[in-house]
Amino acid sequence: MIVDKLQQLGQHSIAKIQGMGRATLMLFGALVAWPTPRKSFPLLLKQLYVVGVLSLLIILVSGLFIGMVLALQGYTVLSKFGAEQMLGPLVALSLLRELGPVVTALLFAGRAGSALTAEIGLMKATEQLSGMEMMAVDPLRRIIAPRFWAGVISMPLLALIFTAVGILGGHLVGVDWLGVDGGGYWSAMQANVDFQQDILNGVIKSVVFALIVTWIALHKGFDAVPTSEGISQATTQTVVTSSLAVLGFDFILTAVMFGG
Amino acid sequence: MTSRKIEVLVGLFVALAIAAFLLLALKVANSGMTGSGETYMLYAKFENIGGLKVRSPIKVGGVVVGRVRSIELNTEEYSPVVAMEIDSQYNNFPETSSVAILTSGLLGEQYLGLQPGFVDETVSILKSGDYVEDTKSAIVLEELIGQFLFNRGSN
Repeated sequence: MIVDKLQQLGQHSIAKIQGMGRATLMLFGALVAWPTPRKSFPLLLKQLYVVGVLSLLIILVSGLFIGMVLALQGYTVLSKFGAEQMLGPLVALSLLRELGPVVTALLFAGRAGSALTAEIGLMKATEQLSGMEMMAVDPLRRIIAPRFWAGVISMPLLALIFTAVGILGGHLVGVDWLGVDGGGYWSAMQANVDFQQDILNGVIKSVVFALIVTWIALHKGFDAVPTSEGISQATTQTVVTSSLAVLGFDFILTAVMFGG
Repeated sequence: MTSRKIEVLVGLFVALAIAAFLLLALKVANSGMTGSGETYMLYAKFENIGGLKVRSPIKVGGVVVGRVRSIELNTEEYSPVVAMEIDSQYNNFPETSSVAILTSGLLGEQYLGLQPGFVDETVSILKSGDYVEDTKSAIVLEELIGQFLFNRGSN
Protein backbone atom coordinates (compact mmCIF):
# COMPACT_ATOMS: atom_id res chain seq x y z
CA MET A 1 0.00 0.00 0.00
CA ILE A 2 2.43 2.58 1.25
CA VAL A 3 5.07 1.32 -1.10
CA ASP A 4 2.67 1.79 -4.02
CA LYS A 5 2.02 5.37 -2.98
CA LEU A 6 5.75 5.94 -2.62
CA GLN A 7 6.29 4.52 -6.06
CA GLN A 8 3.64 6.85 -7.51
CA LEU A 9 5.29 9.81 -5.82
CA GLY A 10 8.67 8.74 -7.15
CA GLN A 11 7.31 8.25 -10.67
CA HIS A 12 5.69 11.66 -10.55
CA SER A 13 8.84 13.39 -9.33
CA ILE A 14 11.04 11.66 -11.88
CA ALA A 15 8.63 12.60 -14.67
CA LYS A 16 8.64 16.24 -13.52
CA ILE A 17 12.41 16.40 -13.31
CA GLN A 18 12.76 14.74 -16.71
CA GLY A 19 10.36 17.31 -18.11
CA MET A 20 12.45 20.14 -16.67
CA GLY A 21 15.56 18.54 -18.11
CA ARG A 22 13.99 18.26 -21.56
CA ALA A 23 12.84 21.88 -21.31
CA THR A 24 16.36 23.01 -20.44
CA LEU A 25 17.86 20.97 -23.27
CA MET A 26 15.32 22.42 -25.69
CA LEU A 27 16.16 25.97 -24.67
CA PHE A 28 19.87 25.25 -24.72
CA GLY A 29 19.65 23.77 -28.23
CA ALA A 30 17.60 26.70 -29.44
CA LEU A 31 19.69 29.52 -28.02
CA VAL A 32 23.27 28.34 -27.82
CA ALA A 33 24.55 28.57 -31.37
CA TRP A 34 26.46 30.91 -33.61
CA PRO A 35 24.15 33.86 -34.31
CA THR A 36 22.98 34.16 -37.92
CA PRO A 37 21.20 37.53 -37.96
CA ARG A 38 20.51 37.51 -41.69
CA LYS A 39 18.59 34.27 -41.48
CA SER A 40 16.96 34.66 -38.08
CA PHE A 41 15.95 38.33 -38.14
CA PRO A 42 13.01 37.95 -40.59
CA LEU A 43 11.76 34.98 -38.57
CA LEU A 44 12.01 37.01 -35.37
CA LEU A 45 10.16 39.90 -36.99
CA LYS A 46 7.32 37.63 -38.04
CA GLN A 47 7.03 36.27 -34.52
CA LEU A 48 7.21 39.74 -32.98
CA TYR A 49 4.18 40.54 -35.08
CA VAL A 50 2.30 37.39 -34.09
CA VAL A 51 3.23 37.48 -30.41
CA GLY A 52 3.54 41.20 -29.74
CA VAL A 53 1.49 43.26 -32.17
CA LEU A 54 -1.51 40.95 -32.12
CA SER A 55 -1.55 41.03 -28.29
CA LEU A 56 -1.58 44.80 -28.32
CA LEU A 57 -5.34 45.28 -28.43
CA ILE A 58 -6.13 43.13 -25.39
CA ILE A 59 -3.29 44.79 -23.48
CA LEU A 60 -4.47 48.30 -24.34
CA VAL A 61 -8.09 47.62 -23.45
CA SER A 62 -7.41 45.78 -20.21
CA GLY A 63 -4.76 48.31 -19.16
CA LEU A 64 -7.19 51.16 -19.67
CA PHE A 65 -9.95 49.46 -17.70
CA ILE A 66 -7.72 48.31 -14.86
CA GLY A 67 -6.38 51.86 -14.47
CA MET A 68 -9.92 53.21 -14.46
CA VAL A 69 -11.12 50.68 -11.87
CA LEU A 70 -8.11 51.38 -9.66
CA ALA A 71 -8.81 55.10 -9.75
CA LEU A 72 -12.50 54.59 -9.03
CA GLN A 73 -11.89 52.22 -6.13
CA GLY A 74 -8.98 54.22 -4.76
CA TYR A 75 -11.02 57.40 -4.86
CA THR A 76 -13.86 55.93 -2.78
CA VAL A 77 -11.47 55.02 0.03
CA LEU A 78 -9.07 57.97 -0.22
CA SER A 79 -11.85 60.58 -0.30
CA LYS A 80 -13.00 59.31 3.12
CA PHE A 81 -9.68 60.53 4.52
CA GLY A 82 -9.53 63.64 2.38
CA ALA A 83 -6.42 62.25 0.71
CA GLU A 84 -7.56 62.37 -2.92
CA GLN A 85 -4.23 63.79 -3.99
CA MET A 86 -2.68 60.40 -3.22
CA LEU A 87 -4.72 58.86 -6.03
CA GLY A 88 -1.86 59.35 -8.52
CA PRO A 89 0.73 57.45 -6.46
CA LEU A 90 -1.82 54.74 -5.66
CA VAL A 91 -2.60 54.10 -9.32
CA ALA A 92 1.00 54.47 -10.51
CA LEU A 93 2.63 52.33 -7.85
CA SER A 94 0.07 49.52 -8.07
CA LEU A 95 0.45 49.42 -11.83
CA LEU A 96 4.23 49.78 -11.99
CA ARG A 97 5.09 47.34 -9.25
CA GLU A 98 2.43 44.67 -9.48
CA LEU A 99 -0.47 44.88 -11.87
CA GLY A 100 1.46 45.92 -14.97
CA PRO A 101 3.90 43.00 -15.06
CA VAL A 102 1.57 40.40 -13.55
CA VAL A 103 -1.63 41.07 -15.48
CA THR A 104 0.35 41.45 -18.70
CA ALA A 105 1.99 38.08 -18.05
CA LEU A 106 -1.36 36.42 -17.35
CA LEU A 107 -2.96 37.91 -20.45
CA PHE A 108 0.14 37.07 -22.46
CA ALA A 109 -0.04 33.44 -21.30
CA GLY A 110 -3.66 33.27 -22.38
CA ARG A 111 -3.34 35.18 -25.62
CA ALA A 112 0.10 34.30 -26.97
CA GLY A 113 1.37 31.39 -24.84
CA SER A 114 -1.56 29.13 -25.66
CA ALA A 115 -1.22 29.95 -29.36
CA LEU A 116 2.50 29.11 -29.31
CA THR A 117 1.82 25.76 -27.62
CA ALA A 118 -0.97 24.84 -30.00
CA GLU A 119 1.07 25.84 -33.05
CA ILE A 120 4.15 23.88 -32.09
CA GLY A 121 2.10 20.93 -30.86
CA LEU A 122 0.30 20.75 -34.20
CA MET A 123 3.61 21.02 -36.06
CA LYS A 124 4.79 18.05 -34.05
CA ALA A 125 1.55 16.09 -34.62
CA THR A 126 1.70 16.66 -38.36
CA GLU A 127 5.37 15.64 -38.48
CA GLN A 128 6.50 19.06 -39.67
CA LEU A 129 9.26 19.13 -37.07
CA SER A 130 10.54 15.72 -38.16
CA GLY A 131 10.27 16.87 -41.77
CA MET A 132 12.50 19.82 -41.03
CA GLU A 133 15.07 17.59 -39.43
CA MET A 134 15.01 15.41 -42.55
CA MET A 135 15.85 18.51 -44.57
CA ALA A 136 18.74 19.27 -42.19
CA VAL A 137 16.95 22.30 -40.78
CA ASP A 138 17.23 22.41 -37.02
CA PRO A 139 13.65 22.93 -35.75
CA LEU A 140 15.01 24.27 -32.46
CA ARG A 141 16.83 27.03 -34.29
CA ARG A 142 14.14 27.66 -36.88
CA ILE A 143 10.95 27.32 -34.79
CA ILE A 144 11.77 27.62 -31.09
CA ALA A 145 14.46 30.32 -31.03
CA PRO A 146 12.58 33.12 -32.86
CA ARG A 147 9.42 32.48 -30.83
CA PHE A 148 11.39 32.54 -27.59
CA TRP A 149 13.12 35.83 -28.37
CA ALA A 150 9.89 37.35 -29.66
CA GLY A 151 8.17 36.52 -26.37
CA VAL A 152 11.05 37.77 -24.25
CA ILE A 153 11.28 41.03 -26.20
CA SER A 154 7.62 41.82 -26.60
CA MET A 155 6.30 41.12 -23.10
CA PRO A 156 8.27 43.82 -21.26
CA LEU A 157 7.21 46.23 -24.01
CA LEU A 158 3.59 45.17 -23.58
CA ALA A 159 3.90 45.61 -19.80
CA LEU A 160 5.23 49.15 -20.28
CA ILE A 161 2.35 49.97 -22.61
CA PHE A 162 -0.11 48.40 -20.17
CA THR A 163 1.20 50.51 -17.30
CA ALA A 164 1.26 53.76 -19.24
CA VAL A 165 -2.28 53.21 -20.55
CA GLY A 166 -3.44 52.28 -17.06
CA ILE A 167 -2.05 55.49 -15.59
CA LEU A 168 -3.78 57.47 -18.34
CA GLY A 169 -6.99 55.55 -17.59
CA GLY A 170 -6.63 56.47 -13.93
CA HIS A 171 -6.22 60.09 -15.00
CA LEU A 172 -9.35 59.81 -17.12
CA VAL A 173 -11.49 58.60 -14.21
CA GLY A 174 -9.78 60.40 -11.33
CA VAL A 175 -9.20 63.81 -12.86
CA ASP A 176 -11.65 64.14 -15.73
CA TRP A 177 -14.58 62.42 -14.12
CA LEU A 178 -14.24 62.53 -10.32
CA GLY A 179 -12.57 65.92 -10.20
CA VAL A 180 -9.25 65.24 -8.48
CA ASP A 181 -6.83 68.08 -9.16
CA GLY A 182 -4.89 67.25 -12.33
CA GLY A 183 -1.64 68.90 -11.29
CA GLY A 184 -1.77 67.12 -7.96
CA TYR A 185 -2.32 63.78 -9.68
CA TRP A 186 0.96 64.08 -11.58
CA SER A 187 3.05 65.88 -8.97
CA ALA A 188 2.14 63.52 -6.11
CA MET A 189 2.95 60.67 -8.49
CA GLN A 190 6.33 62.17 -9.31
CA ALA A 191 7.09 62.70 -5.65
CA ASN A 192 6.38 59.08 -4.80
CA VAL A 193 7.56 57.08 -7.80
CA ASP A 194 11.25 56.38 -8.05
CA PHE A 195 12.78 55.56 -11.42
CA GLN A 196 15.07 52.76 -10.22
CA GLN A 197 13.03 51.42 -7.37
CA ASP A 198 9.70 51.25 -9.15
CA ILE A 199 10.05 51.49 -12.91
CA LEU A 200 13.22 49.44 -13.38
CA ASN A 201 12.09 46.81 -10.89
CA GLY A 202 8.79 46.54 -12.76
CA VAL A 203 10.67 46.04 -16.02
CA ILE A 204 12.91 43.41 -14.42
CA LYS A 205 9.80 41.63 -13.19
CA SER A 206 8.23 41.57 -16.62
CA VAL A 207 11.45 40.26 -18.19
CA VAL A 208 11.47 37.39 -15.69
CA PHE A 209 7.80 36.66 -16.36
CA ALA A 210 8.44 36.78 -20.11
CA LEU A 211 11.18 34.17 -19.78
CA ILE A 212 8.95 31.94 -17.65
CA VAL A 213 5.80 32.18 -19.77
CA THR A 214 7.49 31.82 -23.15
CA TRP A 215 9.68 28.97 -22.00
CA ILE A 216 6.75 27.05 -20.51
CA ALA A 217 4.61 27.62 -23.61
CA LEU A 218 7.33 26.46 -26.01
CA HIS A 219 8.27 23.46 -23.92
CA LYS A 220 4.66 22.30 -23.50
CA GLY A 221 4.15 22.52 -27.24
CA PHE A 222 7.43 20.83 -28.09
CA ASP A 223 6.80 18.09 -25.55
CA ALA A 224 3.10 17.56 -26.34
CA VAL A 225 1.69 14.11 -27.05
CA PRO A 226 1.19 14.37 -30.83
CA THR A 227 -2.56 13.76 -30.85
CA SER A 228 -5.47 16.18 -30.83
CA GLU A 229 -6.12 15.34 -27.18
CA GLY A 230 -2.46 15.79 -26.30
CA ILE A 231 -2.37 19.22 -27.92
CA SER A 232 -5.48 20.37 -26.08
CA GLN A 233 -4.00 19.15 -22.80
CA ALA A 234 -0.71 20.86 -23.52
CA THR A 235 -2.47 24.15 -24.28
CA THR A 236 -4.42 23.98 -21.03
CA GLN A 237 -1.27 23.12 -19.12
CA THR A 238 0.54 26.08 -20.63
CA VAL A 239 -2.02 28.54 -19.35
CA VAL A 240 -2.39 26.91 -15.93
CA THR A 241 1.30 26.30 -15.27
CA SER A 242 2.54 29.63 -16.50
CA SER A 243 -0.15 31.56 -14.60
CA LEU A 244 0.75 29.76 -11.39
CA ALA A 245 4.47 30.22 -12.03
CA VAL A 246 3.97 33.93 -12.67
CA LEU A 247 2.01 34.42 -9.46
CA GLY A 248 4.52 32.41 -7.44
CA PHE A 249 7.54 34.21 -8.85
CA ASP A 250 5.77 37.52 -8.37
CA PHE A 251 5.60 36.89 -4.66
CA ILE A 252 9.29 36.00 -4.51
CA LEU A 253 10.34 38.99 -6.62
CA THR A 254 8.16 41.39 -4.63
CA ALA A 255 9.59 40.05 -1.38
CA VAL A 256 13.13 40.55 -2.68
CA MET A 257 12.59 43.93 -4.36
CA PHE A 258 10.18 45.74 -2.06
CA GLY A 259 10.02 43.56 1.05
CA GLY A 260 13.20 44.65 2.79
CA MET B 1 0.26 39.70 -45.03
CA THR B 2 3.20 41.21 -46.82
CA SER B 3 6.52 41.45 -45.09
CA ARG B 4 6.49 45.25 -45.35
CA LYS B 5 3.22 45.55 -43.50
CA ILE B 6 4.51 43.29 -40.75
CA GLU B 7 7.65 45.36 -40.45
CA VAL B 8 5.68 48.59 -40.21
CA LEU B 9 3.38 47.19 -37.56
CA VAL B 10 6.27 45.82 -35.49
CA GLY B 11 7.98 49.19 -35.79
CA LEU B 12 4.80 50.86 -34.57
CA PHE B 13 4.63 48.43 -31.64
CA VAL B 14 8.19 49.19 -30.59
CA ALA B 15 7.63 52.94 -31.00
CA LEU B 16 4.54 52.70 -28.81
CA ALA B 17 6.52 50.84 -26.16
CA ILE B 18 9.27 53.48 -26.25
CA ALA B 19 6.66 56.20 -25.89
CA ALA B 20 5.19 54.37 -22.90
CA PHE B 21 8.64 54.07 -21.34
CA LEU B 22 9.34 57.77 -21.85
CA LEU B 23 5.99 58.66 -20.32
CA LEU B 24 6.78 56.54 -17.29
CA ALA B 25 10.35 57.76 -16.96
CA LEU B 26 9.72 61.47 -17.47
CA LYS B 27 6.17 62.11 -16.36
CA VAL B 28 5.55 59.48 -13.69
CA ALA B 29 8.88 59.06 -11.94
CA ASN B 30 10.57 61.80 -9.98
CA SER B 31 13.70 63.54 -11.13
CA GLY B 32 15.74 60.40 -10.57
CA MET B 33 17.11 60.70 -14.10
CA THR B 34 17.35 64.42 -14.58
CA GLY B 35 18.24 65.83 -11.17
CA SER B 36 21.06 63.45 -10.36
CA GLY B 37 23.66 66.18 -10.34
CA GLU B 38 26.46 66.80 -7.89
CA THR B 39 25.56 66.47 -4.24
CA TYR B 40 27.33 66.86 -0.91
CA MET B 41 26.65 65.37 2.48
CA LEU B 42 25.71 67.04 5.75
CA TYR B 43 24.96 65.24 8.99
CA ALA B 44 22.61 66.01 11.85
CA LYS B 45 22.12 64.32 15.21
CA PHE B 46 18.60 64.12 16.60
CA GLU B 47 17.02 62.81 19.75
CA ASN B 48 14.05 61.34 17.97
CA ILE B 49 13.46 61.12 14.23
CA GLY B 50 9.80 60.12 14.46
CA GLY B 51 8.67 58.80 11.08
CA LEU B 52 11.52 60.18 8.98
CA LYS B 53 12.63 57.74 6.29
CA VAL B 54 15.50 57.31 3.89
CA ARG B 55 14.76 59.40 0.76
CA SER B 56 12.55 61.82 2.71
CA PRO B 57 12.87 65.31 1.22
CA ILE B 58 14.94 68.12 2.72
CA LYS B 59 13.29 71.48 2.21
CA VAL B 60 14.35 75.07 2.59
CA GLY B 61 11.27 77.26 2.71
CA GLY B 62 9.28 74.51 1.04
CA VAL B 63 11.72 73.97 -1.84
CA VAL B 64 13.30 70.52 -2.02
CA VAL B 65 17.11 70.86 -1.91
CA GLY B 66 18.04 67.27 -1.18
CA ARG B 67 17.07 63.94 0.28
CA VAL B 68 17.89 61.87 3.32
CA ARG B 69 20.61 59.40 2.34
CA SER B 70 20.74 57.24 5.44
CA ILE B 71 19.62 57.10 9.06
CA GLU B 72 21.90 55.37 11.54
CA LEU B 73 22.11 55.02 15.25
CA ASN B 74 25.22 56.50 16.83
CA THR B 75 26.62 53.66 18.95
CA GLU B 76 28.18 55.98 21.59
CA GLU B 77 25.12 57.95 22.61
CA TYR B 78 22.43 55.86 20.92
CA SER B 79 21.01 58.88 19.17
CA PRO B 80 20.01 58.75 15.50
CA VAL B 81 22.31 60.43 12.98
CA VAL B 82 20.74 61.49 9.69
CA ALA B 83 22.93 61.80 6.60
CA MET B 84 21.56 64.47 4.25
CA GLU B 85 22.44 64.52 0.58
CA ILE B 86 22.11 68.09 -0.63
CA ASP B 87 22.30 69.41 -4.15
CA SER B 88 25.66 71.16 -4.51
CA GLN B 89 24.07 74.19 -6.13
CA TYR B 90 22.92 74.99 -2.59
CA ASN B 91 26.31 74.93 -0.88
CA ASN B 92 26.15 78.16 1.09
CA PHE B 93 24.53 77.18 4.36
CA PRO B 94 26.26 78.79 7.37
CA GLU B 95 27.02 76.67 10.41
CA THR B 96 24.35 78.54 12.35
CA SER B 97 21.68 76.82 10.25
CA SER B 98 19.21 74.54 11.95
CA VAL B 99 17.28 71.44 10.88
CA ALA B 100 13.91 70.38 12.22
CA ILE B 101 11.80 67.33 11.50
CA LEU B 102 8.47 68.63 10.28
CA THR B 103 5.27 67.05 9.06
CA SER B 104 3.46 68.15 5.92
CA GLY B 105 -0.16 68.48 6.95
CA LEU B 106 -1.79 66.61 9.79
CA LEU B 107 -1.32 63.13 8.38
CA GLY B 108 1.33 63.79 5.77
CA GLU B 109 4.82 62.43 5.46
CA GLN B 110 7.68 63.82 7.54
CA TYR B 111 10.47 65.84 6.02
CA LEU B 112 13.53 67.77 7.13
CA GLY B 113 13.14 71.52 7.25
CA LEU B 114 16.51 73.24 6.86
CA GLN B 115 16.58 76.81 8.16
CA PRO B 116 19.58 78.89 7.01
CA GLY B 117 21.17 80.83 9.86
CA PHE B 118 22.82 84.26 10.06
CA VAL B 119 26.21 84.99 8.56
CA ASP B 120 29.03 87.16 9.94
CA GLU B 121 32.84 87.01 10.00
CA THR B 122 33.06 84.39 12.76
CA VAL B 123 30.57 82.03 11.13
CA SER B 124 31.91 79.56 8.60
CA ILE B 125 30.05 77.84 5.81
CA LEU B 126 29.04 74.16 6.17
CA LYS B 127 31.22 71.87 4.09
CA SER B 128 30.64 68.31 3.01
CA GLY B 129 30.76 65.98 6.03
CA ASP B 130 29.98 68.68 8.61
CA TYR B 131 27.38 68.32 11.33
CA VAL B 132 24.47 70.71 11.67
CA GLU B 133 24.52 71.40 15.41
CA ASP B 134 21.13 73.00 15.94
CA THR B 135 18.47 70.31 15.53
CA LYS B 136 14.86 69.97 16.59
CA SER B 137 13.48 66.48 16.93
CA ALA B 138 10.21 65.19 15.60
CA ILE B 139 7.07 65.89 17.55
CA VAL B 140 5.73 62.56 18.77
CA LEU B 141 2.01 62.76 19.27
CA GLU B 142 1.98 60.31 22.19
CA GLU B 143 4.53 62.40 24.11
CA LEU B 144 2.48 65.53 23.53
CA ILE B 145 -0.66 63.83 24.82
CA GLY B 146 1.31 62.47 27.77
CA GLN B 147 2.57 65.95 28.67
CA PHE B 148 -0.90 67.39 28.31
CA LEU B 149 -2.40 64.79 30.62
CA PHE B 150 0.46 65.23 33.10
CA ASN B 151 -0.10 68.97 33.19
CA ARG B 152 -3.81 68.56 33.69
CA GLY B 153 -3.19 66.11 36.50
CA SER B 154 -0.95 68.55 38.38
CA ASN B 155 -3.47 71.39 38.18
